[in-house]
Amino acid sequence: MDREPVRVARARLPRLDPVSGPNTDYDPVEVTPLKPEEVEAARDAALAAIAAAADLAELKQVRIEHTGDRSPLALANREIGALPPQARKEAGQRIGQARGAVNQALAARQEVLEAEHEERMLVEETVDVTLPTDRVPTGARHPLTTGAELISDIFVAMGWEVAEGPVIEAEWLNFDALNLGPDHPARTMQDTFWTEPAENHLVLRTHTSPVQARTMLSRQPPIYVVCPGRVFRTDEYDATHSPVFHQVEGLAIDEGITMAHLKGTLDHFAARMFGDGINTRFRPSYFPFTEPSAEVDLVCFVCRGSGEVDGAPCRTCRGEGWIEWGGCGVVNPRVLRACGVDPERYTGFAFGMGIDRTLMFRHGIEDLRALFEGDTRFTTAFGTEL
Amino acid sequence: MKAPVSWIREYVDLPAGVTTDELTARLTALGLKLEGIHSAGADITGPLVVGRVLTVEPEPQKNGKTINWCSVDVGAANGTGEPQGIVCGAHNFAPGDLVVVILPGGVLPGNFQISARKTYGHLSAGMICSARELGLGEDHDGIIVLPADAGQPGDDAFEVLGLREEVIEFEINPDRAYALSLRGIAREAALAFGAPYRDPAARTVPEPNDLGHPVEIDDPAGCPVFVARKVTGFDPAAPTPDWMALRLQQAGMRPISLAVDVTNYVMLETGRPIHGYDAHKLTGPIRVRRAREGERLTTLDGVDRALSPEDLVVTDDSGIIGLGGVMGGETTEMSASTTNILVEAAHWDAVSMFRTGKRHKIGSEAGKRNERGVDPVITPAAADRVVELLTTYGGGTADPGVTVVGTPPAPPQITISYDLPARVTGIDIDAAATVANLEAVGCTLDKADSTLTATPPPWRPDLNDPFDLVEEVARIVGYDRVPSVLPREAAGRGLSREQRLRRRVGRTLAGAGCVEVISFPFVGDAAFDALGLPADDVRRRTVRLANPLSSEEPSYTTTLLPGLLKAGARNIGRGATGVALFETGTVAFPTDRGPAPIYGVDWRPSDDELAKLFEALPEQPLHLAVVLAGERERAGWWGSGRDAGWSDAIGLVRRLAAELGVGLEVESATRAPWHPGRCAQVRVNGVELGHAGELHPKVCQAFGLPARSAAVEIDLDLLMRHARDVTPGPEFSTYPLAKEDVALVVADGVTAAAVEAALREGAGPLLESVRLFDVYTGEQVGEGRTSLAFALRFRAPDRTLTEEETAAARDAAVALAAERTGAVQRS
Ligand SMILES: [Zn+2]
Repeated sequence: MDREPVRVARARLPRLDPVSGPNTDYDPVEVTPLKPEEVEAARDAALAAIAAAADLAELKQVRIEHTGDRSPLALANREIGALPPQARKEAGQRIGQARGAVNQALAARQEVLEAEHEERMLVEETVDVTLPTDRVPTGARHPLTTGAELISDIFVAMGWEVAEGPVIEAEWLNFDALNLGPDHPARTMQDTFWTEPAENHLVLRTHTSPVQARTMLSRQPPIYVVCPGRVFRTDEYDATHSPVFHQVEGLAIDEGITMAHLKGTLDHFAARMFGDGINTRFRPSYFPFTEPSAEVDLVCFVCRGSGEVDGAPCRTCRGEGWIEWGGCGVVNPRVLRACGVDPERYTGFAFGMGIDRTLMFRHGIEDLRALFEGDTRFTTAFGTEL
Repeated sequence: MKAPVSWIREYVDLPAGVTTDELTARLTALGLKLEGIHSAGADITGPLVVGRVLTVEPEPQKNGKTINWCSVDVGAANGTGEPQGIVCGAHNFAPGDLVVVILPGGVLPGNFQISARKTYGHLSAGMICSARELGLGEDHDGIIVLPADAGQPGDDAFEVLGLREEVIEFEINPDRAYALSLRGIAREAALAFGAPYRDPAARTVPEPNDLGHPVEIDDPAGCPVFVARKVTGFDPAAPTPDWMALRLQQAGMRPISLAVDVTNYVMLETGRPIHGYDAHKLTGPIRVRRAREGERLTTLDGVDRALSPEDLVVTDDSGIIGLGGVMGGETTEMSASTTNILVEAAHWDAVSMFRTGKRHKIGSEAGKRNERGVDPVITPAAADRVVELLTTYGGGTADPGVTVVGTPPAPPQITISYDLPARVTGIDIDAAATVANLEAVGCTLDKADSTLTATPPPWRPDLNDPFDLVEEVARIVGYDRVPSVLPREAAGRGLSREQRLRRRVGRTLAGAGCVEVISFPFVGDAAFDALGLPADDVRRRTVRLANPLSSEEPSYTTTLLPGLLKAGARNIGRGATGVALFETGTVAFPTDRGPAPIYGVDWRPSDDELAKLFEALPEQPLHLAVVLAGERERAGWWGSGRDAGWSDAIGLVRRLAAELGVGLEVESATRAPWHPGRCAQVRVNGVELGHAGELHPKVCQAFGLPARSAAVEIDLDLLMRHARDVTPGPEFSTYPLAKEDVALVVADGVTAAAVEAALREGAGPLLESVRLFDVYTGEQVGEGRTSLAFALRFRAPDRTLTEEETAAARDAAVALAAERTGAVQRS
């Protein structure tokens, strides 16, 4: 227990004059034994003073006056030795009892007053706990970073690995190896940033698919990799488009892989990302690197597919019950061949979706640009994990 | 591609009661992606009726305009049968014309409520409508004047105008070029509902003969089939029939003239682009060849084009008259006086079409179809259909000549095993289903015991590979039947070392109160100038983009600082009193090791070839940058705050290095954009990691940051390479600590790090820690000198140190500091 304030309180008290002054002309030869009634009177005076002590300082004074060296009982006690043996025993007993009673009362009073003091002290130290505490600003990680990590973790938990590659990429890896030949109509659909001079055949990758190609080129199946990363297209920058955005793609190559495994994987991904019961559906589509190809829709995790929230059309899926999530398909054997995987032995599936867009509908972010402005009010809302 | 539902239904007997929503849902399930359902006039509410103009009284107004006060017969539609008085501002009509009238109580698009209202001194009871007012187009030259036989006054104009009819707009994927026609879309609809289908291109065509216009093909690979037919005595003034004009409009094309409209209509109907020539302007036989170097052509759009030897051209004796399959030339263009029309229906090589379109930046409806692949077999039928429509509505005669040169390319033969669709999709598809569905899409099958060989129909040039057939079978079976099964993955190796380290870096910085930012990696000279980079700074040598979004920022960045400093300033500008931001991102430095090769795709490039490819890429290290501006600790009821400064920046690098178990060397350095006296170069094993410190005042000013803002930029790849993988468990003593504080006076320029290193070495193994706790300059130490106060802490692993041992170690430390740095102990 912290006793410091107690000492301070005592020190501040004025010094009280003793009730009976010191016996300056003390002469042990002349003393006479105290009469029993005088002992009792001294004891009673002490007990009364103890009971009257209002605080620890007063009690300390009382202790000095009634039990100190010059207190009547102490003086009386000292005189016992001078008494004849017979009287000595009787006086000793009497004085001893009196002193005992006084000390006991002192201890009891001390305890009461200390408890009172502590209680008062705690009250006095009360603070306003609603005062602000934000002395050191809070840091945060970007939701695109933590979002990519969340996705990666979902796949790593399934035994997949996370593959990465450069953002400035060889044209052959970004296009040709993925069955997007120089004359493929799909190549015009992706407006690509080329580095100067264009004859160097280097692009800012338009998707993370070259990472898939790199993975296949560097090792043999089984391959289970997920590739999150930054990609580029020459889109104008507005609330829903950005020349810089983020994708996650997945690639599985193994013996006996089918579209069913693709569906199973995406259903699992959807459920982990958006909650149990949220799964996907496929719509036929076209991508050069997959055949068959499909668009992936996600059951709307807000209205759970009903298209309605509280009787009004769901805002997240615009009443559709489904959210367009990405593209997928069975890896085109032409891609496998270009990347050194035997298409007779292995099949594979691939999928891809925008991380930015996924976060936008998962978190109800209205304007894509919020992700790239660097306003700390946006980012700190997400903390350090998504 | 926009397809009116009524047009689709013309070729397929959809079950009664099939709604447009059901139709689109089924077509979507087959792979025709729905873009939207349009219904012109859906936002108009009646009464919208046919009216006959009875009188027109022009009334000039003070403002110079002339309005017409009209009376219009609307039959019984107004309830009285009396003529309706209407004020109209248009002048393209006369008494007797049939017009479209919206009566009071009607609502036009944009929730424009029509009521009888006083205007120009008349009570105008309704409105005579223009196409734009009805939301039918941008044509605002005047009001709609209906053909004389369009109907009677009072008739419902919705029907007359084809309003409220539903038009489905599809987004057609590149592999489904056949669906760029009603023929193809209706075929899919028939497939979706198992409904009977009538092929609009199935028609009996006249036998080819040599009476027609002579045609020679020099490049049969580029132009395998060329059909020429002629119509003579055509009336160029003949109007396009309303039904055709309406369908063209519904499909998103503008009616122009009967001859042009017919070619467009047949293109929409069959998918085959058609070109019409003014036959009078043709001289001599038509010849198709590749262009020669230096040849030029002025195309229909008036652009004079330099041709490439890869371009396919159509010529006659006068020279080049068209860019084959892409756009015709000016010299033989049909005009308002064209009476003889030569109809060209030709099949072109798709790749040539794509390259020519791209080279000349021509994106036409014809080119779009030709470059994706058109049914080569229907070429004569399409030409015949054009002739039929021209003669039916334009009054001419079909010339008996029928020129057909070339033969359609042979379709591929694709052999698959019966169970391939099942093996690829995981759907239970038996051999019978495979056969039935391939036949349903038009394949001709040659069925062997274990394999079948499919010949795709001519309208499906996209079907070339076994997996293409798998997709056809699967989409008809239905993608909703794909089961959901998790694969049995191999044991993965988890996150890589670098991936884990990157997370650790991010968490450490966030834990230190920094907020992560992701900015665009584009940069330009303005940012380099603002950073004060010298002209020869390596960061000014960038990887430039050939097609940057902005010419101000034409390069991939070499430093993360511009984006970060801008984000910092943005936060301050929005009222933040302090900001601490970090970004990890790729920067790029050119290597100039030549172009990246383009290899074939039929087999894997060799390892050497791949190495050459990888080598051509720029250096792309991962950088980390931090900016600290304004308050680092907030002011509050606890007292004043503290602004960020140089030491916070260096401190962050130290903290990061400690987190990763990397020993860091810090030395003063001079480098833009930092303050020359407050910049540290941080190094690992003597190799530069990066810089940290206070920003140059001019840089703070240039970016709009508070004075004394600080920044860091380091090569994160390098730091992570040195990260300690396994931390040895530390050993420490629990014997009592012995404390010795020493104050050492050194000359200015002697660094604290140097003194500390000497103390550390001199103190020997008993030293547990040394920490600089005070720096003092002033009178008591004399000018040009600094007092550094260090707290030395000693402890032995096996015993309590004696005062003598501690003092001896302290003295040894001080002695070595004195020897190495000239430090003098203050008494
Ligand atoms: Zn919803």
